[in-house]
Amino acid sequence: MKNINATVSPMPETRFVAVVKRECETSVMVAPVLTALAQHVPLEVWSQDDPAFPPGVDTRDDRSLEMSFRLDIETVPTLIRLRGDDEEGRTVGWLRDAWSDLVGRPVGDDLPDMRPGCGSRSREPGVHEQLVARYGRPGLTSRTIDVDDWADPHEVAFDRGWTDGLPVVPPTDGRIVRMLTGTTRSPDEVIGAMPPNLAPCTVEKVAINAVMAGCRPEYLPVVLAAVEAALDPLFTMHGLLCTTCFSSPIVVVNGPITRAIGMNSGMNALGQGNRANATIGRALQLAVRNVGGGIPGELDRSTLGGPGKYTFCFAEDESHPDWMPLSVARGVDPDTNAVTLFQGDGVQGFIDQRSRTPEELTRSLAMSLAAVGHPKLAEFTNALLVLSPEHHGIFAAAGWDRERIERELNAALVRPGADLVQGAQGVGEGITPGREGEQVAKFWPDGLLIARAGGEAGLYSAICAGWTGGRFRDESKPVTREIIP
Amino acid sequence: MSEHLRDPTSETTSTQRPRREPLATFAERTVALLDIGKMRGDEFVDRLETNFASLGIGTRRYRKPTNARVAPPDLIQQITLECHAVVLALSD
Repeated sequence: MKNINATVSPMPETRFVAVVKRECETSVMVAPVLTALAQHVPLEVWSQDDPAFPPGVDTRDDRSLEMSFRLDIETVPTLIRLRGDDEEGRTVGWLRDAWSDLVGRPVGDDLPDMRPGCGSRSREPGVHEQLVARYGRPGLTSRTIDVDDWADPHEVAFDRGWTDGLPVVPPTDGRIVRMLTGTTRSPDEVIGAMPPNLAPCTVEKVAINAVMAGCRPEYLPVVLAAVEAALDPLFTMHGLLCTTCFSSPIVVVNGPITRAIGMNSGMNALGQGNRANATIGRALQLAVRNVGGGIPGELDRSTLGGPGKYTFCFAEDESHPDWMPLSVARGVDPDTNAVTLFQGDGVQGFIDQRSRTPEELTRSLAMSLAAVGHPKLAEFTNALLVLSPEHHGIFAAAGWDRERIERELNAALVRPGADLVQGAQGVGEGITPGREGEQVAKFWPDGLLIARAGGEAGLYSAICAGWTGGRFRDESKPVTREIIP
Repeated sequence: MSEHLRDPTSETTSTQRPRREPLATFAERTVALLDIGKMRGDEFVDRLETNFASLGIGTRRYRKPTNARVAPPDLIQQITLECHAVVLALSD
């Protein structure tokens, strides 16, 4: 039994309310029935699109859709019988027997037995959430910021320091409520303490920042998983934010959700142009900025920064049957949605259009990977290698799987310590003196991550250097998290 | 109709936009004296100029083309580059 808001005019005990719209053929068909019914019973007719429809009835204007929202109308026409303010029954669309039973007399004898109704305007995409914000209880607890009548909300966001330098979508209640439909998680759930200020970060705060970043609701679970991964102490988000280095979180997304939300794992996967890639990474950055207070020039102390600090997110191409996705390599079940956050810099291009064997390509890749951070540094940073389909194809044709590629690359990256120690080769930078007699690996055994992505054409891959925090092997690591719906 | 936004931050600051910090010192600072173009604005700026000078504070004079419109961007940029604080001569 639904209780109707007191804005419905007081009526005799039993009364009827109908909701219609002119653009609905079934509503037009039942209009004569409503006109006739109004002669015999107390009847309010609310029209969603034309206050002059139906003719011959004292129609109420519901173009605001407030009454449709309060009556929870999903289909028009809907006829409701009320006693006082209590609903006794309703019928949707046209069912002659149901209408006749509801009004207690035969109606519509000249009409067909049934006709389906039409969708209510109050249930069109995005409308219901706007109505919740306007007439309902959106259930949001973040404080409101009033924007003056003549102020531009985009400028307000800039003035308040909420943006990364690019415009943001103003976070209105309607947009936030709609964003929250993308997750089953409660808005007040605390995900963790966001550095550097260690402020409690709730699902609602993430949703607000996702709105501002331009996300669609179906991206929100990915954003939430990315925030969760960033807040894992092992990810050392505080240090990553405060560092003088270039690094920021790089988000690699795996699983069926990447196809479902249209992420780009192919041509230009690391570049611009895909809404999901661009806004998921940006939402994470905005949450760090706004919830955590990570502001450049304040606690964000990067010497030069990098374009990845706006956004850096892509999906892995899992289409090759022999390729083990990054998430699976890191312990997640196959076909499970997951994010991996890597503390990394921008893209260092790797060009090799001549190598044709896996051995050649391994040696070639090792030469470029050795330059990560500095050619003479070792066990100092991690690295993310984004292997293009054509380069991967050389390995795959020889039967090399992920495990073999990683093993061979790491082996090719073992170098004589005498060449790497500080001062060697006339360069001050290098590994600690005293290791001249060792054979030194470039990366820790788990420090080289490989993802497969990119367009089908091009013997180019990408190397993302890791953050220098990677030298503390057990204290700072990439983090993988399953995505919760 | 006014719009309401939800705060994306941890809400540790005022809902009001923070004011710029006032100058900690006038030493080696220049104050812009901006005549917005209303009547007798020049007299007011003359007096301000004299008073600042008596305190050893450097000033530069500027004037809006008309009081009926906001200051043009090039004037604002010029003041930003040349001065550290502004006094608006809202005179009549």
